[in-house]
Amino acid sequence: MNTEAIKELVYKMADDLLILGHRNSEWTGFGPLLEEDIAFSSMAQDKVGQSWQMYKILHELGDSEPDTVAFMRNANQFHNAQFVELPNGEYDFSLIRHFLFDSAALLRYQMLTESSYTPLANLTKKIKGEAKYHSMHAKIWMKQLGSATEESIQRLQNALDEAMPYALGLFEPSPYEAHLIKDKIFAGEEALQILWQKEVESIIEETQLILPDWNSLIPALGGRNGQHTEHLQPLLDEMSEVFKVDPSADW
Amino acid sequence: MYGGGNVFERMKATALVDEDPRKLAEFEARIERGEKIEPKDWMPQLYRKQLIRMIEQHAHSEIIGALPEGTWITRAPGFKRKLALMAKVQDEVGHAQLLYAAAETLGKSREKMIDDLITGKSKYSNIFNYPAFTWADSCFISWLVDAGAIVNQLANAKGSYGPYCRALERICAEESFHLKYGHHCVIHMATGSKKQREMMQAAINRWWPPMMHFFGPSDTISVHSEILMKWKVKMASNDACRQQFLDMYVPKIWELGLTIPDKNLQKNNETGQWEYTEPDWDEFKRVINGDGPCNKERLAVRRTAEERGRWVREALLAPKTKYITPLA
Repeated sequence: MNTEAIKELVYKMADDLLILGHRNSEWTGFGPLLEEDIAFSSMAQDKVGQSWQMYKILHELGDSEPDTVAFMRNANQFHNAQFVELPNGEYDFSLIRHFLFDSAALLRYQMLTESSYTPLANLTKKIKGEAKYHSMHAKIWMKQLGSATEESIQRLQNALDEAMPYALGLFEPSPYEAHLIKDKIFAGEEALQILWQKEVESIIEETQLILPDWNSLIPALGGRNGQHTEHLQPLLDEMSEVFKVDPSADW
Repeated sequence: MYGGGNVFERMKATALVDEDPRKLAEFEARIERGEKIEPKDWMPQLYRKQLIRMIEQHAHSEIIGALPEGTWITRAPGFKRKLALMAKVQDEVGHAQLLYAAAETLGKSREKMIDDLITGKSKYSNIFNYPAFTWADSCFISWLVDAGAIVNQLANAKGSYGPYCRALERICAEESFHLKYGHHCVIHMATGSKKQREMMQAAINRWWPPMMHFFGPSDTISVHSEILMKWKVKMASNDACRQQFLDMYVPKIWELGLTIPDKNLQKNNETGQWEYTEPDWDEFKRVINGDGPCNKERLAVRRTAEERGRWVREALLAPKTKYITPLA
C-alpha cells in the first residue's frame, strides 16, 4: 500500500471538506430565508464532521492529532482546491458552488466505496448517505432558481461562469494517479471528472442556464500543491484565533 | 433563547368593552380549566394582539440571538466545539422558524414580522444588544443566557395558547442540550489555564448586568399585567424568574471558583430569597429603546441579510418557478 499516495488523496478530501464546511457555516444568520440558514448549517456540520473523520485516518497513518492538523497549518500546507476557499459571495455563488462541489463529492465517495484501502471504503460508505442529501438539496434549488425570474437566471448564470474554472480545479491530478489506479485505491481524477461533467450537464439542461464550453475553460489549479488565493490565509487565521491563544489548552 | 423582558403594550381601560361578555366569560372559563386555546377558537382581540407581540419578540430574539454567538462559530477552538456551536446556533434559527409559524396562526405573516423587526418597530431580547468580545463570552451565553431562557420558557410552556406551548416544549428540549454544552465549555475554561480562567471571569463580569436585566424590570415597576397573568399569556413574574435563575445558577458559578460582580449578592436564609444590587433599569430602558452597544449593528446585519436574499424569495414566488418535489 502506497501510504504517501493515500495521504495525498485523503488530505485533499479532508481539506476541501473543512474549508467548504467553514464557508457554509458563515451563512448562519445570513441566509436568504431561515430554511436556508438551517440547510447550510446542516451541510456545514456534515462536512466538518466528515473532514474530522478523514483527519483521524491521517492520524492513524502517523500524522498529528486532527485538531492540530486542522487548526495549526498555514495556507501553503493546505491541499484543498481553490474553489472551496473563495468567499461565499451572494447566495447565487454559494448555491452554484454547492451544486458543483457536492455533485463531485458524491460521485467521488461512490467510487471510493470500492477502494482497496478499507478505512476509506468504510468511511465513504457511511458519508455518501449525507452527501446524497447535499447533492439533492443543491439540485432542487438549481432547478427552481435556474428557471424562475430573469434576475435569478442571470445571477446563477454569472455565478456559473465565474465558478466553473475553479470547479475544474477539484480534479487536479495527483502525482500518484497511476499508483492509486493500479492499486485500486481510487479510480482517478479523470474518471471522476467524466462522470461529473455528465451529471452537471444533465441538471443544467433542466434549467435555463447555459453551460460554458468545457474546452474553453482554464482550470484553476495549484490548490492541491498548497498554492492558494489570498482568501485562504485570513480564513485560517480566523478559524485558529482562539485555538492559538493556547494550543496546549483543553478548550 | 429568550428572557422575560417582554414589552407588553400598555393596555387601555376600554380594551375589552367591544368584546361579547358571554364569549369572554366562556374564554376565561376555558383558560381557568387549563384548556388550551387553538388558532380557530374565539379569543379577545387584546389576547391575540399581546400574544402576537410576545411570540414575535421571542422569534426575533432567536434570530438576533444567533448573531453574537454566530460570530464564534468560525473561531471555535477544535472540532468538538466547532461542531457543537454550529448545531447550537442552528437550533436557535430553527426556534425562530417554529415561533414565526406559531405567531402566523394568529394572523400576522412572517414577512410582516421580519419587516417590523428591521424597521425597529418590534423588539427582541435586550441581552443581544451586548457584544460577545471573546470565546468566553460565547460560553457564558450558551450556558447562562440559555439557562435563563429555559427558566422563562418552561413557565411560558404552561400558558394558554396551544401552538406557542407546543413550540416551547420542543424548544426547551433543545435548549437543555445547549445548557449542557455551555456548562461543559465554562467548566473547561474555569478549570483550565490561567489565561482561560481570566477570560471566563472577565466574561462573567461583563455579562452579569445584562443577565440581571434579562428577566425584565422588577414587578414593582413593570407594566401592570394582571389580565395577562389571568389569561395565562404571562406565566411568571419577572422577579420570580430572576429568583429561580439565581437559586439554580449562582451556586454553580461559585462552585467553579468564579466570582460574580455584585458584592450584595447573597441568599437570605430567612426569606429564602436572593438579595442583590438593583440592576440599572435606566440602562435597560435606554438599550431596549435602541441605544445599546450593538442595537444598530444587529439590525443592520438583519436588514442586509433580508435585502441580499430578496431576489431568492421573489424567484420562489414567480409563477413560472418549477416546483420541484423534494425527493425525501
